[in-house]
Amino acid sequence: MSQQPKSWKEVSPAGVCWRPASDYLTGDWRTFKPVRDPTKCTKCLLCHMVCPDSAIKYDKKTMDVEFDYNYCKGCGICANECAAKAIKMVKEEGE
Amino acid sequence: MATKTEQQMVPLNGDEAVALAVKQSDVDVVAAYPITPQTIIVEKFSEYVANGEVDTEFVCVESEHSALAASLTASLTGARAFTATASAGLALMHEMVYVTAGCRAPVVMAVTNRALSAPINIHGDHSDVMAERDSGWIQLWAENAQETYDSIIQAFRIAEHKDLLTPVMVNLDGFWLSHTLENVNILPDEVVKKFVGTREFPFVTDTEGKQVPFKLDPNNPLTLGPLDLPDYYFEHKRQQEEAMHVAPKIIKEVHDEYAQLTGRSYGNAFVDAYCMEDAEIATVCLGSAAGTTKTVVDYLRSQGVKAGVLRIRTFRPIPWEDIITSLEGAKAIAVMDRSNSVGADGGPLFHEVRHLLYGSRGHPPVVDYIYGLGGRDMPPKTIHAIYKDLYDIASTGKVKHFVNFAGVRD
Repeated sequence: MSQQPKSWKEVSPAGVCWRPASDYLTGDWRTFKPVRDPTKCTKCLLCHMVCPDSAIKYDKKTMDVEFDYNYCKGCGICANECAAKAIKMVKEEGE
Repeated sequence: MATKTEQQMVPLNGDEAVALAVKQSDVDVVAAYPITPQTIIVEKFSEYVANGEVDTEFVCVESEHSALAASLTASLTGARAFTATASAGLALMHEMVYVTAGCRAPVVMAVTNRALSAPINIHGDHSDVMAERDSGWIQLWAENAQETYDSIIQAFRIAEHKDLLTPVMVNLDGFWLSHTLENVNILPDEVVKKFVGTREFPFVTDTEGKQVPFKLDPNNPLTLGPLDLPDYYFEHKRQQEEAMHVAPKIIKEVHDEYAQLTGRSYGNAFVDAYCMEDAEIATVCLGSAAGTTKTVVDYLRSQGVKAGVLRIRTFRPIPWEDIITSLEGAKAIAVMDRSNSVGADGGPLFHEVRHLLYGSRGHPPVVDYIYGLGGRDMPPKTIHAIYKDLYDIASTGKVKHFVNFAGVRD
C-alpha cells in the first residue's frame, strides 16, 4: 500500500487511484443501521441483490445474511425492499 | 545542421492541410462531427478512411460532446487521438474540454474558429475558442494554411510528451484559412511518421503499489479522473498549472527540430515579432489577421513610420516574457481582438496583454480594437487607421478611447 501523497508533486496525474476503494470505509456515513430479525427472514437474498454497496454478505451453506457495517451507508434500500419485513432501520448510537 | 527534407508543394486549403497532417501523423482514432467551417477536415479524413489510405478507427459520433468523449477515452488507452470542431460544436464540447485536460489525455484538436450564435453566423471569429482559454489546453494559432499543417504535426509531439500530457488545440480562422486555397509544402509520409514517433508513458503507482504505465490497460487496471473532492482536487489542478510551466521547453524543442527538418519556423515558436525591434507603435493579434497587418507594416515602414506587429502563436501557455520584452519599448500599443468579452471592457487578448505590461518597465499605453466579429473583413484600410490612432497616442500621450470597435457601423 502506497503512502498518502504529501504534496501536489507526489500526486499521480489525473487522480489515478493510489488505494483500492475497499480501503475507504463508507460505514461512517451511516445514521441508521439495518438490523435483521432472523425469525422473520425467509433467506430470499433480495436484500443482498439490491444493496448498492455490496455490503450484505451471505453464508452459502446456511443462506444467512450479514451486514458489513464497514461499508453499509445506511441507505435503507434493503429494509424497504424486504418482502418479509425482516429488516428494521435503527438509529446509530453515540452521536 | 541537418539537411532540409525535400518537400512537395501542393494546393491545399487550411482544412485539407489539417486532414493531411492528421493522415501522415499515424493517428489511431479520429472521432468527429461535421460543423461549418471545420467540415472539410472530417469529409477529407473520411475519404482517406473509405479509400483505405489510413488504418485509423474513424468514429461517426452523434454530437461534439461525444466526439471529444470518444477521443479522450481512446487517448487514455494509449492511442493517438484527434478531433476537430468549431463554434457551437466547441461550445457543446465544453464539459469534455475540461475533462480531457484534467485526465491528462494528449488529444489534438483542430478548431476552425467561428462565431457563436445568436444571431446565427457561420463565419470566422474567435468567440468560440476564447470560451475555452481557461480549460487547460495548449493553444497554437496558425497564420496560414502552411502553419496549420506544420502545427498539427508538431501538436502530437507536444501533447504526447510524457512530461507534459496536455491536450493541444490548433486554431485556424474559419474561411480565411479553412476554405482558402494556398500553396502548402508537404513532407513525405514516412518523414512525418518518424518525426511524430510513438507515444511514451510515464509510470504511476496503482492500488497495489506497483509501478505501471499511465494508460488504461486491462492487464494493469487503473482508475483515471475519479471523484476527487476537496481533499485532492486542488493538488491535481496545481499539477496542470505545472505542466504549463514545462510546456514552453517542449514546444520550443519540437518547433526547432521541425524547423531543421523543413526550413520553416514561426517566430521563436511562441511569438512572431514582425519589425518589432525598434517599433514605436505596435499591434498585437492572433491568427490570419497578422498577414494583412504585416503588409500594412511594410507600407508604414516604407513611409518611415516605426510600426511593428506582434503575432501570438502560442496563446496557452501565454508567452509572458516574450510579450513583455517585445512590447515594453513601444510608445503605443493596440491589441486586436476578434472576439469580445461582453461587459468586461475589452476583449480577452487585450486583458491579457495589458495585464502582462503592468509588470513592464515602460508602461506604454495599451488600447483595444475589437474587429471582424462574425466574419467581417479586416481590410488594410482599417488596420491603417488603427496605426494612425496609435501614432496620435504616441505623439500626444493622450488616449481617447481604450476600447474601440473597428469596422462596425457607427
